[in-house]
Amino acid sequence: MKRKLLLSVILAWGLSGLAYAIDEAQAFEDPAMQARYLHLTRELRCLVCQNETIADSNVTLAADLRRELRGLLASGKSDDEVLKFLTDRYGDFVLYNPPLKARTWILWSAPIIVLLFAFGTAAVIIRRRARLPMDDETDAGTSAP
Amino acid sequence: MKWRFIAPALVFAALFAVFGLMLYRTHSGNYNPRDIGASPLLGKPAPQFSLAQVENIAKTVDTRTFAGKPYVVNVWATWCVACREEHATLLALARQNVVPIVGLDWNDDLSQAQRWLGALGNPYVATAFDSNGKVAIDFGVFGAPETFLIDANGIVQYKHAGVMTIEVWQREFITRLQAGNSP
Repeated sequence: MKRKLLLSVILAWGLSGLAYAIDEAQAFEDPAMQARYLHLTRELRCLVCQNETIADSNVTLAADLRRELRGLLASGKSDDEVLKFLTDRYGDFVLYNPPLKARTWILWSAPIIVLLFAFGTAAVIIRRRARLPMDDETDAGTSAP
Repeated sequence: MKWRFIAPALVFAALFAVFGLMLYRTHSGNYNPRDIGASPLLGKPAPQFSLAQVENIAKTVDTRTFAGKPYVVNVWATWCVACREEHATLLALARQNVVPIVGLDWNDDLSQAQRWLGALGNPYVATAFDSNGKVAIDFGVFGAPETFLIDANGIVQYKHAGVMTIEVWQREFITRLQAGNSP
């Protein structure tokens, strides 16, 4: 009985996290504006936290940045203008989706390079295997005793 | 056959070297993963502000007062432990009277800030009270303490994030101030 109670409390606690965003009040009446606001808060890094967006963080700076963001959106700035406002002050580090530049090319190309390397390795292995005879008499696994 | 053992060892050694180097450089202070490009403000006009003064809330601190000569903006707060650490250094620098240090009290409690300056001494020509962090955002501040050097033309010449030391002051601030004076 006690266990069940504890379990339900824990489960309810877990759900409560889903129910409330970090700011209790909705930022904008207009759902389109609210969607843009939420999208942008997830694109921007909380600069003092380890890998958290400003949507996820309770830190004062993140709260200040969210307020700044609401102000910019309310004043009619476009998403690009808002992002430019922040990169002018904090640099590309504030973006979770950094632009392709001379200094970020390795970041963007690394997955492709690794994938090509993996394909190359796979091709070599497959070709080597293909050259082996089809049935291997020494293979104890496939032959019946 | 031999490569089967050598190749993974080589890959491991390469990764070990890369991670080791980056860790070493982070530790020795030569590399900061947050510096994806230093402050974008460098070489640009410093943000202007006009805020209430901590020392006397009826007065305002206005950057226009300092224009025409180099000045330093030091971002601090009473909740910031590292600010307490650098406070003695700031006092010593203020006594040298080379360049005015303007305080920017960031997201702080006014009475606590006043008590701090009263108890520890005041190195600032004036301290601006940035209660909601709006000016700090303009400066691209992400942690206190941060110290900015602004030249006579109002251009941000340098930003130091972290505790100010005499070494940093001599190496980064004084050399730039002297370079700005000579031509």
